[in-house]
Order: sequence, then C-alpha cells, then structure tokens
Amino acid sequence: MIRVVLPAHLRTLACVTREVELEITGQPTQRSVIDALEARYPPLKGTLRDPVTQKRRAFIRFFASEEDLSHEPPDAPLPDAVVSGAEPFIVIGAMAGG
Amino acid sequence: MSQVRVLVGTRKGAFTLTSDGRRDNWDVAGPYFAGWEIYHMKGSPADANRVYASQSTGWFGQLIQRSDDGGVTWEPVGNEFRYDGVPGTHQWYDGTPHPWEFARVWHLEPSLTDPDSVLAGVEDAALFRSSDGGRSWGEVPGLRGHGSGPSWQPGAGGMCLHTIIVDPSDPERIFVAISAAGVFRSDDGGETWRPVNKGLHSEGIPDEDAEVGHCVHRLAMHPSRPEVLYMQKHWDVMRSDDAGESWNEVSGDLPTDFGFAIDVHAHEPETVYVVPIKSDSEHFPPDGRLRVYRSRTGGNEWEALTNGLPQSNCYVNVLRDAMAVDSLDSCGIYFGTTGGQVYASADAGDTWAPIVRDLPAVLSVEVQTLA
Repeated sequence: MIRVVLPAHLRTLACVTREVELEITGQPTQRSVIDALEARYPPLKGTLRDPVTQKRRAFIRFFASEEDLSHEPPDAPLPDAVVSGAEPFIVIGAMAGG
Repeated sequence: MSQVRVLVGTRKGAFTLTSDGRRDNWDVAGPYFAGWEIYHMKGSPADANRVYASQSTGWFGQLIQRSDDGGVTWEPVGNEFRYDGVPGTHQWYDGTPHPWEFARVWHLEPSLTDPDSVLAGVEDAALFRSSDGGRSWGEVPGLRGHGSGPSWQPGAGGMCLHTIIVDPSDPERIFVAISAAGVFRSDDGGETWRPVNKGLHSEGIPDEDAEVGHCVHRLAMHPSRPEVLYMQKHWDVMRSDDAGESWNEVSGDLPTDFGFAIDVHAHEPETVYVVPIKSDSEHFPPDGRLRVYRSRTGGNEWEALTNGLPQSNCYVNVLRDAMAVDSLDSCGIYFGTTGGQVYASADAGDTWAPIVRDLPAVLSVEVQTLA
C-alpha cells in the first residue's frame, strides 16, 4: 500500500480531504503510482504529467523521506520506506508555481 | 422575466454574475476553481445550461470543465490536446525556430446548434474540436496545415488562437485569429484554411503587409451581417465588408488605436465598441481615464462613453476576451478589467456601473441572455 500526499488543488479536484492510499501491483515506481492515481481519480489525469508526452510537469516535484525523487527515472523502484507505507510519496507544487 | 448570466474568468478562479432583465441587482457566485486561471468560459447557444470552462495553472496544466446546470456544478472532462502528426516549429520571440508546444486553451466556442460540439483555440496556436461534450479532442489539422506556421510568432501573451467565429448563416464558414499570425478563414467546416489579412499593416514584421504575421487581438461580427467583420489589431481598428477578403482602417478619431477588446451591439450592426489602451507597452487607458468608445457608423467616428467609469487615476487593462453584450431589447454591454472590476451598461453604453469591483484580474467575460 502506497500513501500519496497531494497538494491542496489536487485534493480538491479528486474530492479527497487527506492523503490517499493506493494498492500497486508489482514493483511500485513513480509511473505505476501515477497510473494508479489517475485510474482511481480520473480528474487528476494529466495534472502531474503531460497527457501527451507523459513527462512530469515542470512545476511538479516528488519528495519522500526528505529526498527529492523528481529526477529519478519514472520506472525506478520507489524507496523501501514508501513501498512499505512507512513514508508517504509526496506530490508538491514547486515554489515558483501558482 | 428574462435573466442575464455573466460568466467571468479570472487569474484565480471563475465567477458567475446573475440578474434579472433590469440588470440593476446582481448575485455574485464563486470563486469556482479557486486558485486556477480561467482563461475562458462560454455557454452553449443551443442549451444555456451547458457551459464550458478552460481551467489551467502552471503547476497542473490544462483541464476542461463542463457544467450542465448553468455553472452551479462542474465536471472535469477531457484534457488531452495532441497536435496532429509532427507538430513542427514556429518562430520564437527572437526569430529562431521553436517547437510547437501545447500550453493552454484560450477560447472555447460551443456550436450554435449542438451542445456537445465545441471548438477550442489553444496556445501554441491550433484549433481543436470535440464532438462529445469535451470528453475527447482532436486537432482541426487543416489550419496549421496551411503551411505558413513556421512564420507565425508569439505575441506578448504567447502564440495563441484566441478568436473563433462561426458564421451563423453558413456553419461551414469559420474565422479564427491568431497572435501573431492573423486571420484565417475556412469555407468548408475547417478542412482547409487560407489567410485573410489583405489591408493589414504591422510594423513588427519585416514585410508590413505580409500575408501572415499580424498581431490581431480580436475579431467581432454581428450575426445578421456575417460578411462584416471588425478587428482590434495590436495597433489599428479595422473593418472588412467582404468576410475578410480586404480590410480598411476605421480607427478614425480614437485617442489611440491600440487595444484588445472589440464587440458589436446586439441589435445595431453598425454600432461597435472598443476600449482604447495607450500603447503596446503602456497597457492602461490614456490619461488614466477608463473610456469605452462607441461608433454608430461602423467605425471612423467614435464617441467616448464615460458616465460611471473612473475618469482619473485608472490604470487597468481590458483584455481581448473580456467584453461581451447581451441580447435584451436595451442592449447590455459588459467588460472586465485587470483590476478586477466588471462594469455593465444596460443602456448600450450610455451609463455604466460596476457589478463587482474586487475580483482577481479578469481574463474573460461572456454573457448569456436567458429566457
């Protein structure tokens, strides 16, 4: 079970009020987590990554365990602490956005 | 009794302003999509309850929202805008080739007859169409297929397709305008396009009367005379009497002919409204006086409308999609400012009053006249 913390605007869009929990089949990666997130919350499709290029949006960052995962390959395994559910996968809007 | 609903898109959300036909007391609802840029909202002429909204931010990209109850509740629909084929390049600000990249939807134009059919003008400039209520989008490829795309360049706001007008007497005829490329016309429902910019002169391009490259800010048409088009260009107010085949300047006695918004009276095809802005760098009214100018002669002769508008220390802008008219017997005129005011006149511009005056910067204003 992967815990995902969304920024406020995306919580509003997904109609959730707190972090969400996702079951991932296979090795959890950024790609599989976002795939599962978009499948469960269709309004989020295209908000974290461009729907055409599938690239992470420039003003979106991914953090976990006080580390910046934004530039990890999308198919790289997520840290053990995220996979175990001990730490959330945090989606952040960059400071420069808004 | 008739009602009016004003759809206001701002830098930080959407608002709906409603009144009865007297238009003296207004209810303000919103913000919807608080914190998001709402470049445009527009209702379907075929179903007033169907409203589309373009919602975006630099963080999360583009969403399209759809309402089926007149803007009370909303549903996000499709947001995949994929250019047809290899997108190619246009000119960047410095004149070098730059790849076509989708940024946002500037304008939504619902079909005159089908609530599920809607056109979208986007940045980087292209035209998209949905036939399923916004759930899926496909590019209308003939426009960029015209072949002049490599010479198009961005205006200060980006390289946007900001105006879409469908001829009500012939839905196969569509006009679009692009900053900075110019006006294009299709006579076959969007299959093929050609530039219609003869008569335009622009100092910002190497050939001042080139076929494409002009920074057209806005077009307006009266539905009863679809061959007559009015244009607010970067500089110059222009008029065409032959569906864009040729253009003539009608700036006349305006204090400045720079501006963004232009619209036509709902019942008087020769009555036109503009909001002169001082210059391309000073995006505010001349002398700090907010004046709408009205021509009752289809241009050239203009009168300043000031009653109820601030006549000192006013330095707001009125953007290209931020003026609209209603179709009540006494035509209402509406415009929004970058200072967050939405002004309305229920007497065709003679007197003005703010409906609301402290919204975020207004990007767009549309009006629905409800039975």
